[in-house]
Amino acid sequence: MTDAKSEILGRIRASLWDSPQPAEPVRTYRRVSDKGQEEIIEILVDRLIDYKANVYHETAETIAGRIDELLAKASRYVVPAGLDAAWLPEDTASRSAVTDSGNADKPGALSVRELDAVDAVVTSSTVSCAETGTIALNSNPAEGRRAITLVPDHHICVVPVETIVELIPETVARLDIEKPITWISGPSATSDIELIRVEGVHGPRTLDVIILK
Amino acid sequence: MTATALGMPQVRHGVGNIFEHEPFPEYAKRELKNEQLRANLGFATHKIRTKRDAVTSELPDWQDLRTAGSMIKQQVMANLDTYLEEFERNFTAKGGHVHWARDAHEANEIALKLIQAEGVTEVNKIKSMATAETGLNEYLEEFGIHAIETDLAEEIVQLGDNDRPSHILVPAIHRNRTEIRDIFRRKIEGVNPNLSDDPAELAEASRFRLREKFLTNKVAISGVNFGIADTGTMTIVESEGNGRMCLTLPDTLITFMGVEKLLPTVQDLEVFTQLLPRSSTGERMNPYTSMWTGVTPGDGPQNLHVILMDNGRTAVLADQVGRQALNCIRCSACMNVCPVYERAGGHAYGSTYPGPIGAILSPQLGGIENEHNATLPFASSLCGACYDACPVKINIPDVLVHLRGKAVDAEKAQGEFAGGKKDPHYQMDAIMFGAKKLFSSGKLMGLATKGLPVSKLVTGKKHKISKLPGLVGGWTDYRDIPEPPSTSFRNQWKKERGAAPKRVGGSRVDVAALMEANKTKVAEAHAKAEAANPIIKEAQ
Repeated sequence: MTDAKSEILGRIRASLWDSPQPAEPVRTYRRVSDKGQEEIIEILVDRLIDYKANVYHETAETIAGRIDELLAKASRYVVPAGLDAAWLPEDTASRSAVTDSGNADKPGALSVRELDAVDAVVTSSTVSCAETGTIALNSNPAEGRRAITLVPDHHICVVPVETIVELIPETVARLDIEKPITWISGPSATSDIELIRVEGVHGPRTLDVIILK
Repeated sequence: MTATALGMPQVRHGVGNIFEHEPFPEYAKRELKNEQLRANLGFATHKIRTKRDAVTSELPDWQDLRTAGSMIKQQVMANLDTYLEEFERNFTAKGGHVHWARDAHEANEIALKLIQAEGVTEVNKIKSMATAETGLNEYLEEFGIHAIETDLAEEIVQLGDNDRPSHILVPAIHRNRTEIRDIFRRKIEGVNPNLSDDPAELAEASRFRLREKFLTNKVAISGVNFGIADTGTMTIVESEGNGRMCLTLPDTLITFMGVEKLLPTVQDLEVFTQLLPRSSTGERMNPYTSMWTGVTPGDGPQNLHVILMDNGRTAVLADQVGRQALNCIRCSACMNVCPVYERAGGHAYGSTYPGPIGAILSPQLGGIENEHNATLPFASSLCGACYDACPVKINIPDVLVHLRGKAVDAEKAQGEFAGGKKDPHYQMDAIMFGAKKLFSSGKLMGLATKGLPVSKLVTGKKHKISKLPGLVGGWTDYRDIPEPPSTSFRNQWKKERGAAPKRVGGSRVDVAALMEANKTKVAEAHAKAEAANPIIKEAQ
């Protein structure tokens, strides 16, 4: 008796008895944007709002103030180790940032229970696709490991303007596939009950996006 | 598993939930009486269809994406053995474990052993068609392992005792909010006894129930949307975040993957991540898409398994016309546009795969001669809406017609009458033979239409035919045939326009001579048009 692998591969070869020779795929779809940066940002904002994300425009001077306001009454929030500390408001008596080391096996990483207990998470992002309103996290030092943007109920995500592209092919080209990738298009949602869209099931129920110039 | 040799090559069909258990027309007739189901399905299919139309028409290159998607999938199928081995090499090199399963039983057994090795009795699950096909949940239950469905709709179906999904995208669409509230009140421990039927509150109840499971359970089971051959990357699209929970928090992840789920390169994702969400939920993009390439130290499951499953897919691959069914990316667009599905609903198709794609996939995966799979290719009006909607251009009507032929052949070979004179196929063959003779001879046709006035004798006072004999009687079971006209179109034409000059067999119109004769007429027409419109002259 042959093992399952050889048997399945053998079946496949037998099934391709007619040696089909399909043509090389043609890629006539749009692969490079023909739009200006301002227009692309406008499209992204339109899509994000459509998905019920909150969108803010900030600069290096105003971002800390905005994050301070968005964190509001949060007491503990998590940040990845590589996040630019200048973006964050000063800790206060009632609120502090907790840094996650980025590796669950090493000291300095929050347990899932600890992540479940924090109020929010602040991260940056690698690339955003305007046409679909999608923000991509690629496990870079300013984005952290996947669990920190998943378990807390409120995600404040910074999108630097130079990371915004128009199209999906441009987005895929900027990703490092060897590291875990999460695409986020609005907060967690379901339409499973009578097709009524409900924002917020298991992922963060609030998504704040800060477009940073 | 059954082996059949309906021509070359010998193929192995699959097992599991890929069969129609009673003839589709009988099942559908019963389902049609379920008014709740019909109303919900009508509402759902129309709503998703409208959204899909809007988001696909806003892309100027939608047809280019469909073409690319179709061509990429054809490449995958034509080189499936090469891509599978390439995928295995890369997935393994990045710390994952690859298992091969000839059929659904073997896939379930592999999963059971892996779960038992972790010593757990409860696992979390992401909605997956592959594990529905293998009947994994029921199988694990026999061995005391509870599989917790974490997708909201699958959760509703699972908690609703003996219920089954009715749509692959919105599996609980046959339930309304009040029913869901009652199920949750009954089944969720510690839930607010005054839980209302507001969908937001119901979603909150699910979050409450599952959060603890996500934080505790160490093993998760998933399907996969796309596996990338040249990197070993896996991709899952979802909406609720339950997928991310299952892909990120457990120690062990076991992924069921049909052997056809591959894409050659990462670049191909740029096509399919555009095609899938727009065709499926009618969104520009689904809320969450996860991609992971092997094990990442300190991030996500450290123990990664994939079970590559055949279960009849190689049988589909052997059929030159039917193999395009393997290109399916499980978006459900074909269901949402299908007039038969909209009325009969998903349950009527028996198999895990309902709708037009199910009608061509189940008979090929499980064998057209098995159970009542032969009735599925007839569950269609061949209107072609599914072909237009399909993001990878599967020509479903073509395959349906092809499979109808196979169904008839299978029935002739093994049917009750086995080709004897009482066999309805014998009658049909005789009718078709007669029709061929009649329509190919003008003389016979003319003779036949002379008999038209006689038909008045048959139609009687009601001026219609209500009952035909034999095989064709099926037509009149539900309809009347109006009284035939007293004279045929042929004869009327002859009377009004006179008889056409007799054509000599084999004579052809001499096109060159005709053009020569009319040459001057064309030049005259041009001159006339120029004289009437000076702009034409200037343009020249």
